[in-house]
Amino acid sequence: MTVDKILFAFFAALAVASAILMITRRNIIHGAVFLITTLLATAGIFLLQSAEFLFVVQIILYVGGIMVLFVFVIMLVNLDVTMRLVQFNHQRIVAGVLALVLAAQVGFAFYMGRNLLPPASREPMPAKNTEAVGAALFQHYMLAFEIASILLLVAMVGAVVMAKRKV
Amino acid sequence: MIPAEYYLMLSLALFTVGVIGVLTRRNVIIILMSIELILNAVNINLMAFSRLWSDVNGQVFAIFIITDAAAEAAVGLGIILAFFRNRETVLADEMDLLKW
Amino acid sequence: MSHAILQSVLRYGIPVLCGVVIVAIFPLMAGYIVLAERKIMADMQARLGPMRVGPHGLLQPLADAFKLMLKEDVIPAHADWFLFWVAPVMSVTMALLAFAALPIGPAFQIADINVGLLFILAVSSLGIYGIVLGGWASNSHYSLLGALRSAAQLVSYETAAGLGLVSALLLAGSLSMKDIVQAQADQGVWFIFGVPVGFFIYFVGSIAETNRAPFDLPEAESELVAGYMTEYSGFRWALYFLAEYANMVVVGSIATTLFLGGWLRPFPGLHQHLVGTSIELLDALPALIFLGVALYSLKLTPRQPVKIQKIVMLFVAGLCALLAVVMAAALFAPDPVKAGIHGAFWFLTKVGVYVYAFLWVRFTFPRYRFDQLMRLGWRFLIPLALVNVIVVGTAIIVQKNWGWSHPLLFAIVTTLLMLGVAMFLAYDDQKQQAAVTAAGGQ
Repeated sequence: MTVDKILFAFFAALAVASAILMITRRNIIHGAVFLITTLLATAGIFLLQSAEFLFVVQIILYVGGIMVLFVFVIMLVNLDVTMRLVQFNHQRIVAGVLALVLAAQVGFAFYMGRNLLPPASREPMPAKNTEAVGAALFQHYMLAFEIASILLLVAMVGAVVMAKRKV
Repeated sequence: MIPAEYYLMLSLALFTVGVIGVLTRRNVIIILMSIELILNAVNINLMAFSRLWSDVNGQVFAIFIITDAAAEAAVGLGIILAFFRNRETVLADEMDLLKW
Repeated sequence: MSHAILQSVLRYGIPVLCGVVIVAIFPLMAGYIVLAERKIMADMQARLGPMRVGPHGLLQPLADAFKLMLKEDVIPAHADWFLFWVAPVMSVTMALLAFAALPIGPAFQIADINVGLLFILAVSSLGIYGIVLGGWASNSHYSLLGALRSAAQLVSYETAAGLGLVSALLLAGSLSMKDIVQAQADQGVWFIFGVPVGFFIYFVGSIAETNRAPFDLPEAESELVAGYMTEYSGFRWALYFLAEYANMVVVGSIATTLFLGGWLRPFPGLHQHLVGTSIELLDALPALIFLGVALYSLKLTPRQPVKIQKIVMLFVAGLCALLAVVMAAALFAPDPVKAGIHGAFWFLTKVGVYVYAFLWVRFTFPRYRFDQLMRLGWRFLIPLALVNVIVVGTAIIVQKNWGWSHPLLFAIVTTLLMLGVAMFLAYDDQKQQAAVTAAGGQ
């Protein structure tokens, strides 16, 4: 039982448990808190795979940015009435069954193909992860990077326009 | 060393939970949060392969996915706020203005 | 086999020990920072401050701690019990977690993470949840308003402070805290002299990040009762309080590592030796400083009105003399020990100076109104920080390709450019304000 296996088991269990708790909470803020725990567990999994830059980016952007936005909006639209109504819609049984069937199919495919993956690469991950990601981002993927910045600008303008009181 | 299949199974589990959340909950905000969960499941998948093949491209793709998730969450929440101001509801069943 | 066990015990045990020391000592240190704040505030307001509990009020933190621990734990009606419990815990956990990547001297660091600086920023941004969830869970209007305002302020100034740090990172070339200090040692100059504007931006941003005056509208007593902390009493309030002071020390440590040279002494590149020995002249500074403080305490002793205060002054003088002897003795010790002790001294001194600057600013400036605060963050600091990053980056490339080898020239040119940008932004803002007031106000 190496440290790797213990950590993976811990983070995986935390992620799945928090995810299940998130979709079953009646109180939306509790759901948001459980999504935060799921995202932190995911960040831990990134760290386990030597993706240290993505580990911090996940925490700063996802947990420290996107989830703060979610929590703000939840506080602004919170209706106590909604908490007392039925939480799951009328198609829940069919949807649940179908989703599980889909999961079973894909899981079966993963299980049967587990020895067919191309073999692990012999060279180690680049030691300076941040520098490698930065180099890739600014050399190979420069165009995508610029488009992503414009996308964020458009999203910012769009969000401000949507949420203004009078247009 | 954890085999890559374990990460794929974890990613599948989170994906399934996210899909169930999107399909079965009435509250639009929880639907949005489940979509974020789905995006994270995909990220874990990308990371697993990036580690397997010692390729940094998987991580770059994941960064773009996180960026997209931020943009989509912002706009989506803006839409929810605007709708809430008009109709006082956040339940998906009651957002049926286009129904005939 | 026992060698392997010893190796693994050392490898995992030493960081755990450092962590335990920090978590055990920090609450006491926070209490004494509060006492220092009250005494310095009193000094700046021409009065004496706490004098009753112990000589010169030195036992005041212990009295405060006892009171807070024994107070009744009140939970408001209809409060969300789970979130009410989790919010202060989250605040304190994140504040103390940031200590894991801080280098207090070259020998005392819990974990030298490759992305140490980003890790500390990430953990600080998680502290927002302690505030927001605490305000929400209290089920009270004041708390919620204070929490939302505080969170908005924190998110805005986090961006500005981060960009200020980026301009210093351009000079450092690495995200690992140890490497940043090493870069300052290699270049022989603290980064504050390379990017003074970056330091200014980070200083203002960090005051807003820790909810300190003049940016403390969300928790000011005359404004929103106590903002998100209104409904918390006793030990839960003590946790929030501890989180706030831990945050102050953490931002002070980040500023020290990035801008003020970390554990390096002033003029780290100057290696002037004492005649005939291998001791460097400037390395004798810690001993001289402590000796000076000891002599000053001795001078003040006869002027104390009460006998117990005389004894305390003598005790302080003796302690400082002892520390002076320790610092002087460390000069003759082997290199790791000397670097460790002197490094820790300089680091703690610089963090102390930074925190003193925080306290000084608190008692000097009036509070910002919330809309003024947001305008300052978004319309002044962030554009200034962005232009700063561009200018510093350009200057570095020019320096590398066309060789301005003088760091002073670098600093002067970038600072002048930044002053120009800042003046433009301020002028533009004034024009906007005038236009708004002329149009009848908003």
